[in-house]
Amino acid sequence: MKENKSTPGGLVLRGITLSYIALLIVLPVIAISCKAFDGGIARLWQEISLPQALFSLKITLILALIIAIVNVITGTATAWVLVRCDFPLKREINAIIDLPFAIPTIVTGIMLVALYGPRSFIGAFMQNKFNIEIIYNSPGILIALLFVTFPFVVRCVQPVLQEMEKEIEEAAMTLGASPFQIFTKVIMPTLFPSVVTGAALSFSRALGEFGSVVIVAGNIPFKTQVAAVYVYGEIESSNVPGATGVSFILLVCSFAVLLLLNFIQYWNRRHEER
Amino acid sequence: MKKGDRILMVLVLGWIGVLVLLPLSGIVREVWANGLSSLVELLGQPTALRAFMLTFWLTLGSVVVNTIFGTMLSFILVRHSFRGKVFLEGIIDLPFAVSPVIAGFMFIILFGPRGWIGSWFDAQNIKIIYAFPGMLLATLFVTFPFVVREVVPVLREYGIDQEEAAMTLGASRWQTFWKVTLPSIKWGMIYGITLTIARAIGEFGAVIVVSGGIINKTQTATLLIHHKFMDFDFTGACAAAMVLAAVSFIILIAMQYIFSKRKV
Repeated sequence: MKENKSTPGGLVLRGITLSYIALLIVLPVIAISCKAFDGGIARLWQEISLPQALFSLKITLILALIIAIVNVITGTATAWVLVRCDFPLKREINAIIDLPFAIPTIVTGIMLVALYGPRSFIGAFMQNKFNIEIIYNSPGILIALLFVTFPFVVRCVQPVLQEMEKEIEEAAMTLGASPFQIFTKVIMPTLFPSVVTGAALSFSRALGEFGSVVIVAGNIPFKTQVAAVYVYGEIESSNVPGATGVSFILLVCSFAVLLLLNFIQYWNRRHEER
Repeated sequence: MKKGDRILMVLVLGWIGVLVLLPLSGIVREVWANGLSSLVELLGQPTALRAFMLTFWLTLGSVVVNTIFGTMLSFILVRHSFRGKVFLEGIIDLPFAVSPVIAGFMFIILFGPRGWIGSWFDAQNIKIIYAFPGMLLATLFVTFPFVVREVVPVLREYGIDQEEAAMTLGASRWQTFWKVTLPSIKWGMIYGITLTIARAIGEFGAVIVVSGGIINKTQTATLLIHHKFMDFDFTGACAAAMVLAAVSFIILIAMQYIFSKRKV
């Protein structure tokens, strides 16, 4: 039964809450969108097509895509091991998966510089032996993004895997399916929505990540300047149109991901009802 | 255990070790190398203490406001039906999808001295951006979804039967809420609050954009770390980072405990 929604109390509750969301979430998004089109589409395009802005958007999208793909593999494997294997300290290791969400991103940045920076053992070794620079370069950004996005796919896939009945796999095996067939025909279809959800969350987080990247990568145009860092730089130098342009593109990407996530949720619900 | 599973297990544990645990060692060693003196020195700096206090107040503000509004929104989403509800459900997660830098920037556009709302406050001589209110708004934005996301499923599962029973027995709406509803959603709520605390303490991107970086006034703990790092005081940055890392570690342990409680 639904509560009678037209009671005065209910209406007041709804009015106050919706106003709060309008002020905190909806209005800011509308404001920045209006600002983006302040000087017309031509002006917006001009700001985005600046070589430095375009480069930051391109490198951000490529990095986010790599992160999503790597996380699909490592995240699914981690969830699998946590559900299906037994090993000592399993509970503790399961808890550690959430560490990247609990640790402030700026602390992540500092940790990575302490570990891989030019003054550290690993950093100096890589620099001298292989002439590879980790910090202030793209490997550093990749490591930072992998760290902060690691839990997403694991935490999406794990509960689905837990609920999956082993009997179905066993039935498939009895019917003569090979392990590869079982994986592609039985396990993957069940896990697919949760894997995509996790990948989308990783992707959107990697698009917007700032705290760890600004420490690890610095702010080197055409080298390590990702979109969020570019926007920050433009805000600092009071170039509002420049910051707005790139922000708007990132915002559109975020909306696309959000739409995808809502669609998966809707599809899942439909699927369950059937 | 099958052989394939065993190989996979070794690979996964190795990945967790290198990706997640190894970085922790770097920071601990850096602080340890100085015999903890950097930690003592940090805690003796009035600027550092002020930064930690500011983080505390921002966290407290976010927890109070977002717990109240988050619970109210959960009620509306579960118990009411109205037009636009699907849209509302769709935008709850928006703060998680938006880059924190852009979140901060949106508030500058809206609440800055020349913004739609900010210009009015500016005329009343009230500063929002580059001051505490703006930083609180930014933190409220990034932490908004946590309580809602945790309370909605609990509320949905719990249903309305017991509340109706209490009402039939003559309890008022308030009594029903405090004595029946709240106890049942308590652990979901506390879990949401814990996540809110963790995020509020660690928020950096949104806050640095709206803070204006005024030392002793708008410098939070995360901004202090950034400032020290930029000032080539890496040891100091590590010491402050270690304090925050320790706090998040405690939060993580609390999360495990609360999560197990919630499932009961």
